[in-house]
This record gives sequence, C-alpha cells and structure tokens, in this order.
Amino acid sequence: MDDRRLETIIGRLLQTGVLAAAATVLAGGVLYLVQSQSGHVDYRSFVPGSPSLRTLSGIVLSAAHFQSQAIIQLGLLLLIATPVARVALAVVGFALERDRLYTVISLIVLVILAFSLIHAT
Amino acid sequence: MTAFDFTAVVWILSFLAGFLGALTGLGGGVVVVPALTLALGVNMKYAIGASLVSVIATSSGAAAAYVREGFSNIRIGMFLEIATTLGAILGAYLAGRVGTHALAIIFGLVLIQAAYHSFKGSLGNDVPAASDALADRLRLGSSYPVDGKPQEYGVRNVPAGFGLMFGAGTLSGLLGIGSGAVKVIAMDRAMRIPFKVSTTTSNFMIGVTAAASAGIYLSRGFIDPRVTMPVMLGVLSGALLGAKVLVHARVRTLRAVFAIVILALAIEMIVNGITGKV
Repeated sequence: MDDRRLETIIGRLLQTGVLAAAATVLAGGVLYLVQSQSGHVDYRSFVPGSPSLRTLSGIVLSAAHFQSQAIIQLGLLLLIATPVARVALAVVGFALERDRLYTVISLIVLVILAFSLIHAT
Repeated sequence: MTAFDFTAVVWILSFLAGFLGALTGLGGGVVVVPALTLALGVNMKYAIGASLVSVIATSSGAAAAYVREGFSNIRIGMFLEIATTLGAILGAYLAGRVGTHALAIIFGLVLIQAAYHSFKGSLGNDVPAASDALADRLRLGSSYPVDGKPQEYGVRNVPAGFGLMFGAGTLSGLLGIGSGAVKVIAMDRAMRIPFKVSTTTSNFMIGVTAAASAGIYLSRGFIDPRVTMPVMLGVLSGALLGAKVLVHARVRTLRAVFAIVILALAIEMIVNGITGKV
C-alpha cells in the first residue's frame, strides 16, 4: 500500500458513492414530481421544515415509508457521507502504511466531521 | 410557479452553472446561489444549502479523474483539512446568526474576489526545491509529473497557509460555496506549492470541507429537498459533461466571459442586499 494506490481506491469509492446518491435523489425527485407537479411552490421566506426532513432518524424512518422528500434527503445524506468515508479510509490506509503522524492527522479530521454530523441526529 | 416548472428551470440553470464551473475551474456554487436568489426569488438560506450539497457532489465526482492525473497531494490535503473543517463549522454557525441581507453582501464581495482571481490566474512563481523545517517535519513535499518525468517540490510557510485555509473553510460554511479560489491562493501563493498540485488538491479538499458544515445546515433546515434535488442533479451532470469537454475547449476566452458574468452577479447581489430585496 502506497499513497498512489490509496488515493486511487479512495477516488473510485467517492465516484461510486456520488452515483448511488444521485440515483437515490433522482428516484425521490421523480416520485415527488409525480405526486405534486402542479402544486404551487414559493421559497421566498425561510421556514425550517419538519424534523422528519432534518434529522438522521426522521429521514430514514420517513424514507422507509416511501415519502418522496425523505427519499431525496436520504440520497443527500449518502452524498454527505462520501467525503466522510474518504477520510475514514485514509485513516485505515495511513495505519496500514504505518505512518503514525498521518494516521493521527486524518483521525483529527474525522473527529471534527463527526462533531458536525452529530448535529443532525 | 408550479413545482414542475420550478424543478425544470432550476435544473437547467444548475446544469449550465456546473458545466461552466467545470470548464473554467471556478466551480458551480458561485453562480448557483445568485441564480436562485436573483432570478427565482429563492431565500438565501435555501440557496446556500442547495449549493453546499452540489459542491460535495462535484468534488467527490471528479476525485477519481484528478487522482489518475497524479497531481493531488493527499498529505497536504489531509493536514490542511484540519483548518478548513474547523473553519467550516464556525462558518455554518455564523450562517444561522447573520441576517440574509448581510449574507448577500458578503457573497457579492467574495464573488468579486473570485472574478478578479480568475482574470489573474497563477503567478507562475518558482517552486522551491526544498521544504522549510516545519513542512519537512510534516513530510508535505512530494513530486508531480512534468513532461512525463517526476519533478520534486518543497513546501513553505505552513502556518500562513493553515491560517488562510481556516478562512477559506469559514467562507465555505458561511456561504455554501467551495471557496476553491481562496484555497488555491493559500497553497499556490503562500505555501509555494505548484499550481497544478494546488488546484487538484483544493478540489479534493472541497468535499470534506463542505461535509463539515452539511450536518449543521441539515439540522437547521437549510437543505430543502425540493430545492436541492434539481440543483444537485443539474450541477453534477453539468460538471461531468464539462470535465469531458475540457480537453478540447479554448478556456481563456470562456474564463474571461464567465468572470464578467460573475462580476455582474456580484454587483446585483450587493445592491439587492443593501436595498433589502434578497
């Protein structure tokens, strides 16, 4: 395992994650448009939506009930997870390279990301 | 406007933004926010939420291609991500506190900087052969292909670069953009890293930086699925097409045209922010 190989694996993983996320968002989007295509929309004023679209558990639960907007959010969560997975893989990769300094550095980044994502639970 | 019309118009605008953003290297986020707020009257908070998500999509989607070229430096990227992610969390907190008008004005100013930066391009300064003491201890130096042969490079001024990266992260979290221009300044100008290495490593970092503010955006309700869906799908498909066309396109003229468009959008954002229309 060297840096080059590690980066190639990570790059592929990111691309796969993005495509899976886009497919999920597209599926939710099609469902949403079928259900409410002629309804009027206005996004002039900001209203923080219902918790079922703002928390991890709410999104997963509503998506399991085939709520179109929750399926879109699920796809977006998958997308947000791709760079996080990238950092997690780098931790493993640097550990395999026995590079203690960069294992710690990537762990710090992972902890910072986890701190932010805890907000969404 | 019906839901169908809104989705279609936003998809087309986002596709164009992603396409031009990939061709010019400026990213799609900088045009998506003004397009949504100025043309469609979307609230600034929904616009920056949708833009932030699309930034992650383009960064992660292009990562494999950049790695193949052999320019990006994963150690520099990972080390500086400590600064950008911390900044991004601060920025995302501020985005909830700062009023919409002020956000619009700050956004306009950052757009002007991005337009100016795209006119100037790289200084093409000499790349140091050896790292200074701190960069050496962090093993940041590496090599990159020049005319098919690996060329060694060193890294300087790590504290200054780290500080600028914190600022880049804060802007990213505050405005929902990749702030690639500031990241490149930190690496290319301050740390004297070769331009190609700076731009590709910056692209690699943008997704991780944006992910740090995404959790806060989501819990605050900035990420509305009905607005974000067409933006994310449009920017992503536009960026993927742009990356394919890039090899054949004459980018210089395009960059100049795009910079003028950005400048016009910037002025309109600032005027609308001051008059309270956004």
